[in-house]
Formats: sequence, C-alpha cells, structure tokens
Amino acid sequence: MSTPVKAPKPGPQAAKAQPARPKAPKPAPPHGTHVAAPVLTGAQAVVRALEELEVEAVFGIPGGAILPAYDPLLDSTKVRHILVRHEQGAGHAAQGYALATGKVGVCMATSGPGATNLVTPLADAHMDSVPMVAITGQVASASIGTDAFQEADICGITMPITKHSYLIRDGADIPRVLAEAFYVAASGRPGPVLVDIPKDILAGPAPFVWPPRMDLPGYKPTTQPHGKQIREAAALIADAKRPVLYVGGGVIKSGAHAELMELAELTGAPVVTTLMARGAFPDSHPQHLGMPGMHGTVPAVHALQKSDLLVALGARFDDRVTGKLSSFAPDAKVVHVDIDPAEIGKNREADVPIVGDCKAAISAMTEAYADPGKERLKTWWETLDDLRGRYPLGFEAHGPDEPLAPQHVIQRLGELAEEGTIWTTGVGQHQMWASQFITYDEPGTFLNSGGLGTMGFAVPAAMGAKLGAMDRPVWAIDGDGCFQMTNQELATCAIEGIPIKVAVINNGNLGMVRQWQTLFYDKRYSNTNLSTHHSEASPRVPDFVKLAEALGCVGLRAERPEEVDEIIKQANAINDRPVVVDFTVGQDAMVWPMVPAGVSNDEILYARDVRPSFEDEGEI
Amino acid sequence: MAKHTLSVLVENKPGVLARVSALFSRRGFNIDSLAVGETEHPGVSRITIVVDVETGFLEQVTKQLNKLIHVLKIVELEADASVQRELLLVKVRAEAATRGQVIAAAELFKARSVDVTPDTVTFEVTGNSDKIESFLEVLEPFGIKELVQSGTVALGRGAKSMASLSRYVTPS
Repeated sequence: MSTPVKAPKPGPQAAKAQPARPKAPKPAPPHGTHVAAPVLTGAQAVVRALEELEVEAVFGIPGGAILPAYDPLLDSTKVRHILVRHEQGAGHAAQGYALATGKVGVCMATSGPGATNLVTPLADAHMDSVPMVAITGQVASASIGTDAFQEADICGITMPITKHSYLIRDGADIPRVLAEAFYVAASGRPGPVLVDIPKDILAGPAPFVWPPRMDLPGYKPTTQPHGKQIREAAALIADAKRPVLYVGGGVIKSGAHAELMELAELTGAPVVTTLMARGAFPDSHPQHLGMPGMHGTVPAVHALQKSDLLVALGARFDDRVTGKLSSFAPDAKVVHVDIDPAEIGKNREADVPIVGDCKAAISAMTEAYADPGKERLKTWWETLDDLRGRYPLGFEAHGPDEPLAPQHVIQRLGELAEEGTIWTTGVGQHQMWASQFITYDEPGTFLNSGGLGTMGFAVPAAMGAKLGAMDRPVWAIDGDGCFQMTNQELATCAIEGIPIKVAVINNGNLGMVRQWQTLFYDKRYSNTNLSTHHSEASPRVPDFVKLAEALGCVGLRAERPEEVDEIIKQANAINDRPVVVDFTVGQDAMVWPMVPAGVSNDEILYARDVRPSFEDEGEI
Repeated sequence: MAKHTLSVLVENKPGVLARVSALFSRRGFNIDSLAVGETEHPGVSRITIVVDVETGFLEQVTKQLNKLIHVLKIVELEADASVQRELLLVKVRAEAATRGQVIAAAELFKARSVDVTPDTVTFEVTGNSDKIESFLEVLEPFGIKELVQSGTVALGRGAKSMASLSRYVTPS
C-alpha cells in the first residue's frame, strides 16, 4: 500500500464557502494538466473532503466500522467533532446547525445500530427539507450481505427518507461522492443525503483529487421561474379581492424574507406563515395574520378559507394546514411557487404553477406587478381586522393559587429573551404555544420538527443551533415527554461547552395526547400521565432539577406565578453552562384555536365549544 | 383508471431499480409490468413501466420519479404512437391427438416452438398484450402447464429517439 502523503494546497476555487444554494464546484481540469493525485487512506480522504467543503462541525459517535475515519479526524484543525450521546442526537443536532446557519449539517455514525439510530433524524430532515449529510460506516465490502456483526442495509432502509444515498465501493470515489452529497443536500429542495462507507474502503487507498468532477446528469433543479407564469401570477394578484400570501418554509430556505416583505407591502395582501415559516414575515407586521392550520389563528384560518386567491410560496398544502382538503379554500384560485415540481398539484390543483426558487420567483412577481391600488382590498381587510379584534390568540390566565399556565410561561420567555434568540421546540402542546405566544420577527429563529413531528427534537437541535450561532442565546422549549427522549445530549452540551437553555414545560403528561383524550375520548386518560409532578403518592420521577445537575447543567424550577420572571432572568443570565428550568405547569391547559383532525377549516373552534361567528358581526 | 406506459431512462447504478420500484409502492401506485435492460449506451438503462392509475396520479408519480437523482428522462408512450411488445413463453399440453391443432393455433399467432416433449410443446411469441391474451385464450382448452411473460417494452414510433444518451455520459 502506498504511503499517505500530504496533498498540495487546494486551488482558490475550492476555498469558497458553502452557500445556501451552492453552485457546483468547478470540474477538475482534464487529465494530464495536473500532477498525479496524492493517495490518502479512505478515512483521510473523508476528512480532507470535509475540510475542503468547509465543514466546521460534525456530530457523531464512533464505532467499529467508522473507526478508521475517527483517526484522521483527531488531527483535523478545521473540523470539530462533537461527541454526542446517541446518534439520534447527532442527527437532530446536524439539523439544528443547518437551520441556524443555512449550511449543510453533518452527522456521523457507525454501521448497524449507529446507522439505524439516524433513521429518525433523516426522516425528519427529509420531511422538513433540511440540508444534511449523514456519513455512516459499513461493514467491510466482502461482508456486505452476510448478516455480519453490526450490519444493516442503511441505504435500503433510508431510501424513502433521503433525497439521495451512496454506498461507496471504491476509495477513489470518496471526494466526488462527498462533493455530490453536499451539493445535492443543499441545492434545489434541500434534504438529507446518506453516504455509507465500508470499513475496508476507509482503511484502503484513496487517490484524492480536489475539486472532483461531479457526475449528476439526472439532477438539474429548476431555480429560475418561467416569465409567462410570473406575469400571470402578478395579474391574478392585481385582480384578486381577497388574496392571501400563504408562506411556507421554502421562503426561509431560499432566504427570500426581504423579497416577501417587498411583495407583501406592494400588494397589501394579508400574510399567513405556516409552522415551518414562522419568522419569514415579522409577526409584528400589521399585514401578518399569524399561523394557519389546525392550531392557527382564527383570522389566518378564515383568510385562507374565504380567499379568492392563494399565493402559496414554498408551502405544500399539508393536511395540518388545509384540514379536510376537499373543503379547503373552496373559492380560491391558486398560484403555487415551489422549487420541487412534485409539490405543485400534489394536494391542491394550481391555476398558476411556478417551479422555481422562492427568492427569484417572489422578486420577479414584485417586478411584474402593476399596482392597481389597495382600495379593492378594503372590505377584505375590514373582515379580517374584525376577526383579529374579536378572536385574538389568548389563554386562560392562572389565578394566584392555581397551577401555572404554560402559555404564560412561554409568553414571558419570549418577552424576556434577548434580541436574536433562537428557539427550538419538541412536538406537542408546548410547540404550538411556542409558535403562538412568542413573537418571531426574523427568519431562522424558530426551529422545530413540523412534518415528521419528532418528539425529542428540541434539545439536540438547540445544541446544533447553538454551535452554529455561539453569539446568540438558544432556548429549547420542551415538554416533559419530549425532554425525556433526548435529554442525554445535555451531557454533550455541558462537556463541549455549548450553553443552551432548556425550558421544560412540565405538565406531567403527554399533553397533546391528553388534550385529544379530553376532547375526543371522554377524558379516559390512557397512558398519558408521566408522573413528573410531585404528588403525595409519588415524588417527581425524574426530578428535572436533579437530572439537570447530574448532566452538568444548572437546574432551576418555577412552580408559582410570581417565580416565573425571576427564574427566566436567572436562566438568561447563565451563559457559561447549559441551564434547565422545570416550569411545573397545570395539566389541563389546552391548545386553542383548534380545527379537529379531518374536518373542514370552517369548523375551527376558538375555544372549547366556542365556534367563531364569521357572518354575524359581534355574535358568538 | 387507465393503463399508461412510462419509458424511464436511468443511470445504470446499483440500487436504481430498487429506488424506482420502492417509489411506486411507497406512494401506493401499482405496477402492472416492469422491464429493465441496457440501452445503446452501457451507462444508461431503460425501464419500461406499465401502471394502472388515474391521470392525476400519473403526473404525481412522474414528478416523483423525476426527483430520483439517477433518473435521466421520463416519457409516456401512448399506445398509438409507440410500438409495445411483450414476450411470452408458454408450455402447453400437446399429446398426439391434439398436437396438430396446437401447432396450427400457434402458427396463426406466429409463435415459434422452442421445446418439444412427447406430451408438451413450449412456444415463444411476441406481441402487444392483446395478442398475447388472445393466444392464451386459444391455447387454454388444450391445457396450459405453465407460462412466463416479460414486462412490456416499448419504443416511440417515428425517426426521433427519446433522448441523445451521449449528453448524459461524462466524457472520460
């Protein structure tokens, strides 16, 4: 075997940062014009490629098959490896990092169980279009297919939940495959790419050419929208009497918030931002009606329902937004902008389909828009403003001796937070309240698991986000159920110096499930009590304050209304260690408004048994 | 529901067939028939898929297929604008008493006998699915012992080809 030699310094074209929409690296010059490629080991080639791709952080855990890759990683001065406690944590951390920075998140795991533990974050990243590259070790090439120790066909397992995947069979392919993986993950509609590398390939020789020539003849994402359709869309907006800009996560992914603001203010149309798009348009802007969907605001849900023109921007008509699809926005024409052609017409037929990057499409629409004045929207705004006045988001405040209202805690967290704070959440009631009661004015400040709905997302995602934005506070708002799924990563945070803050909205229950049991299962609370509250029958199990301390964090608790602000301020002041606050809250609070699953959005409930009145002014 | 024939050019990479077929089952689409083979360029394979779906679903499945990185091009081949063929091998009972009738029937369908035993004849026949079906109906009374059918393969009629494959091939 040839000795590994140090490769020459890369050309200037290799030193470019990885932008959110990367251009393809320039192909290598034709053979004969450069010196023979240095031969590294496969493992060294992996680390070198990561360095060339300007990867700053890799989240992972070593194990048998990936072991060779960890050896050169020890010497890398450019790539920092964060040793997590569970591979799922590595995956969600990579997602959090990607969402906070706009770069590709990277996680690494060994074969078999290491790789299968990445399945949930891969599925999550696939659903929410998060650019991520997962590198997994695989058993040696000769053992593949023999049910060898720690063998799992991870490419096969993850086929439906990755944008693409590779099983490397030749060390010489490593630079090309990694360059392609990063390019595919970040371009077009972003998503996760898996690179599976057998142990013998990692240990064997790998000629290293950089930049490599990418070979993706079947991959050409359409980013530039069609001019004719843009003009049609602009004309429809100018004609519409009840238009709504229905903004999805694609606007954040393409960095189109400034363009969106321009279009919104030019047209005067109301804006709704989905769970994935919170922050794409400022909550404090007068044209913003809030979040649509199952737990959306009454004006946002109603605006979509009664609209005559939906301008869907990077949104995908998810069932949590549309409710019963057949009765969704029955009078609306649809302009649908998405970079993924398969989203257009998938759930709702589009009158004007626009395949392209949101940023390009929105600015083109703005340019093509001939402003007919905003007079025609007067009635529409009167209706919506009336609903806004009558059905604001709100909650039942706690009395002095009552258990804490979880919404109050979340609202105060938002109000007392420093500017620029990034929020992550788990999944459930606390997630919806975090979306409802914190004001998001900047894109990329609310990171959550929208499509897959992965409980346990908050803590590891916060870890990744914090690592990507060390100068900004990161708060994870979590539930007591979610927190018990992934809190082991607090040990990682404590040891690696990643001071995140965690608010456990501890209602002692799987709150959202309990809410459904209250509403739809006759209050039969089957398997939703988690016993994390103190009672005469049992102590808190676990005691989150003690757990936090055991994990190297500061543990705090607030149980009474008057403690809330003080404890939040204490937590905000701690920046040298992770901090966990157990907000022990009442178990009966529910998320409102609500459109029960499978029914029309017209059936939205403002509160239990309270249907908003849309026709008769002032009546409930 | 109607039958549609999709001709899909793919990079000849490991796992590509699994990706294509998994996509159909994942999205709940049924494949009627599937045939894969190399093309004039060894780096490119052609998959011919016959699906029984509504037009809306067809559009969705085509778009989903297009998202696969290894898929190069997809064309729907309409029945009247393409040549569509299946291959059938059928082993039919043909004892002394019926052998003459069996062979006469086969001649009508331009089937070739490819294996003969004292009690059976195995025929090879190509044609579109209607012809294959009719042939089997004719043979049925004699007693079909077993048969195997290929998936449909199809090419568009006329001088044009679906794609110039050279544009997909990286010069080495």
